[in-house]
Amino acid sequence: MRLELKGITKKFGDFTANDQIDLVAESGEIHCLLGENGAGKSTLMNVLYGLYQADGGEIVLDGKPTKFAGPGEAMQAGIGMVHQHFMLIPVFTVAENVILGHEPTKGLGFLDVEKARELVREISSRFGFDIDPDAVVGELPVGVQQRVEIIKALISDAQVLIFDEPTAVLTPQETDELMQIMRQLRDEGKAIVFITHKLREVKEVADKITVIRLGKVVGQAKPSDTTEQLASMMVGREVDLSVHKEQAKLGDASFQVQNLTAFSPQGNKVLDDVSFEVQRGEIFVIAGVQGNGQTELAESILGIQDKVSGSIKLEGKELLGKSVKKVLDSGVGFVPEDRTEDGLVADFTIAENLMLDRSDRPPFAKGIQLQLKTLYEFAEEKLKSYDIRARSIFSKASQLSGGNQQKVVLARELSRDLKLLIASQPTRGLDVGSIEFVHEQIVEARDSGIPVVIIATELDEATQLGDRVAVMYKGKIVGIVSPETPREELGKLMAGISA
Amino acid sequence: MKQQNLIREIFSGNAVIPIFAVLASLVFGGVLIAFANEEVQEASGYFFSRPGDTISAVLNSVFGAYDALFRGSIFNYQASSASGMIKPLTETLAFATPITLAGLGLAVSFRSGLFNIGAQGQIIFGAMFAAYVGLSFELPFLIHMPMAVLAGLLGGALWGGLVGLLKATTGANEVVVTIMFNYVALLLLTYLLKTPVFQAPNQVNPISSPVAESSRLPGILGDGFRLHFGLVIMLTMVVVVWWLMHRSSIGFQFRALGYNPSAARTAGINIPLTYILVMAVSGGLAGMAGASQVLGADRQLTVGISATFGFDAITVALLGRNNPFGVLAAGILFGGLRSGAVLMQANQGVPVDIVLVVQSTIVLFIAAPPLVRSLFRLPKPKAVQA
Repeated sequence: MRLELKGITKKFGDFTANDQIDLVAESGEIHCLLGENGAGKSTLMNVLYGLYQADGGEIVLDGKPTKFAGPGEAMQAGIGMVHQHFMLIPVFTVAENVILGHEPTKGLGFLDVEKARELVREISSRFGFDIDPDAVVGELPVGVQQRVEIIKALISDAQVLIFDEPTAVLTPQETDELMQIMRQLRDEGKAIVFITHKLREVKEVADKITVIRLGKVVGQAKPSDTTEQLASMMVGREVDLSVHKEQAKLGDASFQVQNLTAFSPQGNKVLDDVSFEVQRGEIFVIAGVQGNGQTELAESILGIQDKVSGSIKLEGKELLGKSVKKVLDSGVGFVPEDRTEDGLVADFTIAENLMLDRSDRPPFAKGIQLQLKTLYEFAEEKLKSYDIRARSIFSKASQLSGGNQQKVVLARELSRDLKLLIASQPTRGLDVGSIEFVHEQIVEARDSGIPVVIIATELDEATQLGDRVAVMYKGKIVGIVSPETPREELGKLMAGISA
Repeated sequence: MKQQNLIREIFSGNAVIPIFAVLASLVFGGVLIAFANEEVQEASGYFFSRPGDTISAVLNSVFGAYDALFRGSIFNYQASSASGMIKPLTETLAFATPITLAGLGLAVSFRSGLFNIGAQGQIIFGAMFAAYVGLSFELPFLIHMPMAVLAGLLGGALWGGLVGLLKATTGANEVVVTIMFNYVALLLLTYLLKTPVFQAPNQVNPISSPVAESSRLPGILGDGFRLHFGLVIMLTMVVVVWWLMHRSSIGFQFRALGYNPSAARTAGINIPLTYILVMAVSGGLAGMAGASQVLGADRQLTVGISATFGFDAITVALLGRNNPFGVLAAGILFGGLRSGAVLMQANQGVPVDIVLVVQSTIVLFIAAPPLVRSLFRLPKPKAVQA
């Protein structure tokens, strides 16, 4: 099968998300669509999958121009999609999920679940998936859930498979396995479109690479191109992917976490006897696959985690049990994992967001009277020094790109007198340029002589940024290692196999 | 969280929506007036032989009604004296005073993400506190009057703050609690008006004695008019609320809570305390509406002291988009509808209920689109997105 996208254009109001994009996917080929967040990759795939209607251009399938009114028609034409966020029903079994949408029936319309089971078993043995058709999807690990999505696509006889950022939720091992599955699918004659912004994966698995930037195709690349070449194509300028930092100048261990144990509201243990120390002038990275207790650890330090015991000491003073305000006041800078949810008030202006945690004290308030003049001067200065790209300090946070939003959060947190910086996935969803900037700021904070704790899910970030790397698995720290530790070993730790 | 999103959505959206909602409701009211009119009904019986009759009857009824509404609420050009001409406007402002005060209170809570439906009860509590001070003491005017007004503020603040306390400590939903508190307040008032606490001596009706002269809000234009000093208090509070919400750190934290509670929490804002504060401020403003009624308008405590001001206030806050000056404009509009309705009924035989229908359809026109979307889980109309 040969799928061709010709001159696809998609506009949202004045904004052109896709501008004259051409793309060809052929049987037996893995075609990578490489681009930064917001480059228009997902929009293009949603056009192809019938979720959006293109404003221009056409979709040609085996020489015939086609139009999809919705995902149903796209599926029927042989296009399958493995979504970034899985479209599975957690309380259904694997077999039930897989047949959802085109349920095989027998007799008077009774569901033929047995047939579904068989289909799952057949496909799963062909690819060595080892999936029990009767397992409830919600109880399966994320990597396995993704395979269920793949089976789902295969069962409706998809010839073109689209993977939309499939590795975001996977461990390094699971990622390697997924690559293997993609190759196997390719060898079976499927056409694969692999959407990603991760250069390592592209180089490993791609047959062809199309790079898009700001909604336009900027060119084709070869898997043999260097990472730097790919990155500069993607970003549109020379980029330096390595983190520059001097040897750490370590001081005393001013931040100590001891025997921290916490439970979720449902009573599950989310932190299991976590202990570590961080020295002044050190970046301590907590790595691990998302959902292994990192969020709870950060929230425990900030003081918003319930049911937590143990001890968290900063410069000898206990933080646990204190209110968020007291914790912040004792010099903790906090960059939350979800900046739009926890870091910013989207409807507030940049200026207002910059005083979010200090609105009740000088210099921003005298008594309860806000000092707007001071605030605006402060905001203007931060806008310049952090290079926040916005029309003015009165632009709303919701109008900023992810990178600029993160700059606002960093500007706010780093402008306080800090004794500790905690940043949860500080570069999540950011473009390469912003990542560079955020990394610089974090290293600068370290060099100012405070302990820095970074929670990272990307292994590359963990090893490049960290002076030491702790790996969390199921609420426990399973190992604290040097960032020079080989990838495979870190991967094993992340999967819970301690060294 | 879902409820808060809904509230946020009802209050966001295009700024011209309220204006169109008012116009559309007036048109809708006109249709009803025409249908209910006897001459129209009669003329439509022979519509096909003389359609002109029906049309002129329709125009007569609608324009007659709205002309009366205008004369009853803004300027009575048919009046014989100058004071008679401006009297409707003063009536409008007199009605607008409690509605706007309570509306300001609700606007504060809505802006802060709390859906306070309890202005009615908070008005009653404010009225009871103010009446108690007004009935129990004999003090110089310059002390007594401010004290009685502040007592009203305190009463509303306590009754509202209690809801905030319940929400902060037990997570109780403020919508449910405030609705129930409205009943509690009304029943308590009815009970107390039958006991010596409030009931006037030698009275069988549930009515208090007039409040002390020294505690009253003085009239503004003299005895012929109902307009009183409460109007000045109301206008002052419009500015105070604007300052509080937009120029003080307290209001900043209120708004942060309203727009994004989890970011507010992460920024160290004390959420439970803020809930209590929001509800106390909100209730306090409604309480002042109650004080203004007892000390200025009625000058005694009755079972009907809060009329339907607390419910009108919801619409007024909605219509004013939670902006203090918008609330003032909406409050005056509602005051006008209320005072104009009287003349409309007297002159044209149009039932007062038409005005209620107009008021209600305003709410529908503003609130319905997001509400319907939320009820049926329809997607939001797509805005520009990347």
